[in-house]
Amino acid sequence: MKRALLLAAMFAAPVAAQTSAPAAYADTQLADPAQEAQARGLMETLRCVVCQGQSIADSDAQMAGDMRALVRQRIRAGERPEGIRNWLIGRYGDYISYDPPFVAATAALWLAPVALLLAGVWIARGSFRKRRRA
Amino acid sequence: MRRWLLWLPLGAFALLVAVVASGLMRPADRAVHSALAGKPLPAFTLAPSVPGKPGLSSTAMRGQGPRLLNVFASWCIPCIAEAPQLLKLKQAGVPIDAIAVRDTARAVQGFLARNGDPYARIGDDPQSAVQLSLGSSGVPETFLIDGSGVVVKQYIGDIRPDQVDAVIADWRAAR
Repeated sequence: MKRALLLAAMFAAPVAAQTSAPAAYADTQLADPAQEAQARGLMETLRCVVCQGQSIADSDAQMAGDMRALVRQRIRAGERPEGIRNWLIGRYGDYISYDPPFVAATAALWLAPVALLLAGVWIARGSFRKRRRA
Repeated sequence: MRRWLLWLPLGAFALLVAVVASGLMRPADRAVHSALAGKPLPAFTLAPSVPGKPGLSSTAMRGQGPRLLNVFASWCIPCIAEAPQLLKLKQAGVPIDAIAVRDTARAVQGFLARNGDPYARIGDDPQSAVQLSLGSSGVPETFLIDGSGVVVKQYIGDIRPDQVDAVIADWRAAR
């Protein structure tokens, strides 16, 4: 009897500890695979606001679950992924998106790879020329 | 080799030191600020969180002068630390509405019984939907809303005892 009670308590505690049930669609895929793929793509490029280094697709935080639910519900209602991204950017700023827009503050981020590549080509050209002469 | 090129590595190193030192002296702000400051409160309607206290809607927050909108939860520890400051603000005449995030009626009732109840209205936000629409990233957070329903300011984290006077001043300025 005691053992049965202990066993029951083991399973009962987590249920009682939960303050509220997770949102619908937080961890449930959409029925339509095309819509789920859209939602998935968007969720992987949205930042979880409480666990700042993770996307909401990767995070186990409740807030991330609620954000996944928001994304799936809106995709299900027929909204475009970019529309949802812009809605969130309107609330949290560009910070929320892992797909930074090209603006003055991010210009270095986008242009640096191109600039470095060009510099590399220039340096390589110089060294190849020297070798030919030698 | 040109002479000045010899100094290039040292210059690069000095630049790196300057960047690191400036980062050490002025650490980055890791708080997530809402982009809603200066914009109208998004439309929402929330059911009452506890029996005997009205729920909250964006339209009901308009036209009654500036108010605070406190985003809290019974499971949030800093919210307990913040409770005395909110009671002080209420005593000073600042009306406070609230949104209870991912919570249950019983847990909120217990929280209010233990820590005092500064709230005029409490809306229940079980899936953080309204919290997300406010650009709020955690609990507690407090928004100052002016009489026309525009978000004036966001206070991230619990309001500390030394912040109370500043919050009252902000509230007076919004009138």
